[in-house]
Amino acid sequence: MSRTIDITLTVNGESVAATVPSRINLVDFLRNTLQLTGSHVGCEHGVCGACTLTVNGETVRGCLMLAVQADGADVQTVEGLADSGRSAALQAAFTRRNALQCGFCTPGMLASAIGYIDAGGAPDRKAIREHISGNYCRCTGYQSIVDAICDLIEEARA
Amino acid sequence: MKAPDFDYLRPANLADAIALLVQHDGDAMPLAGGQSLMPMMNFRVAAPGALVDLVDVAELRGVTVEDATLRIGAMTRYVDLMNDNDVCKAAPLIGMALPHVAHDAIRNRGTLGGSLALADAAAEMPAVMLVLDAAFEIAGPGGTRIIKADKFFLGHYETALAEDELITAIHIPVATPDHSFGFHELTQRHGDYALAGVAVSRTNSTYRCAFFGVADRALRVAELEAALSDGSDIADALHHLSAIDFADDTKANAATRQRLAGVALTRAIEGMQT
Repeated sequence: MSRTIDITLTVNGESVAATVPSRINLVDFLRNTLQLTGSHVGCEHGVCGACTLTVNGETVRGCLMLAVQADGADVQTVEGLADSGRSAALQAAFTRRNALQCGFCTPGMLASAIGYIDAGGAPDRKAIREHISGNYCRCTGYQSIVDAICDLIEEARA
Repeated sequence: MKAPDFDYLRPANLADAIALLVQHDGDAMPLAGGQSLMPMMNFRVAAPGALVDLVDVAELRGVTVEDATLRIGAMTRYVDLMNDNDVCKAAPLIGMALPHVAHDAIRNRGTLGGSLALADAAAEMPAVMLVLDAAFEIAGPGGTRIIKADKFFLGHYETALAEDELITAIHIPVATPDHSFGFHELTQRHGDYALAGVAVSRTNSTYRCAFFGVADRALRVAELEAALSDGSDIADALHHLSAIDFADDTKANAATRQRLAGVALTRAIEGMQT
């Protein structure tokens, strides 16, 4: 019975080939096999948003996608967001607004926020709140997170 | 938790997908977007011996409008429906309901066919399909058949679909200018499963209302629709909600759900759009 599968994918711009068990989800593969521990694992059923990452330019839940389903895909994690400078301004806004406390939700928050900003989202607190409603912050630091995202969009438009 | 082990199979076409389901005799599950199946496997509520990933099956893709029928391939993702002007014009109710289905990251993978085949009692799309009088195209080892939405949903996670059958497409009559639609749901957090929700259509003065999150499946209440269609005030028609066998659980008891269903209906009708 062949319960391992060969995959090749691009992770943060680098080509990766691996043999993975069919049952391994994408975020576990990234963390445990590739040692990219920036994406966090919280609820493992798609509710908390801590594992949110980007696949082929779209945000997805890393716990609700199998590694084998990422065969051929272009994956970007928070490490890639940081190294490429793509999240630099957002990270600076998070720091300025004190939008992280324990930091557990931050990688998923950054991925979700970039999804919102890239889609041309407005500096509208209600819309931002709705967009990040799929990401839990158990420190309940939502106000500052909304502030940071809002600031960045307003600055870009100014 | 993590999913138990399984064989991952990726058929290239519909015939191969059906053949794999037949071959596994109930031990294989089709994988569409996986946004409900993966959590169920991680919880070990579902433990199929094999997953048949439908991602490469071209027959399950594509959206067309022909002869006043909108045909949506079962593997069409929510995000693609939301961004498709033809869909939102032909079936405005779908466009109204989709922003309430989970979150961005889930809608980027979740599919219409997957949600309907799962038939979660609190999901939005089964109710939308009941209101739109949709029909589902189903393929199995014996060929294809069409089943109307009102004969499809039998209970929570229970449908008229056999283990070796797949929904291939969804057929929806195209809305005309005399149709108007309403949608409202009440949740603990935006995007969560509804504690009570309703989809509504009005054609001339005839109402169709399908509730979700309130009982073991999405359902319509004939007496309520008749009262609204006869011109009854919403408040006077709400007592007909007692025909529903309301769910009673840790999130809301039956009395609360009945009250919330009434609130959702009132807001949906007040906010109706053509």
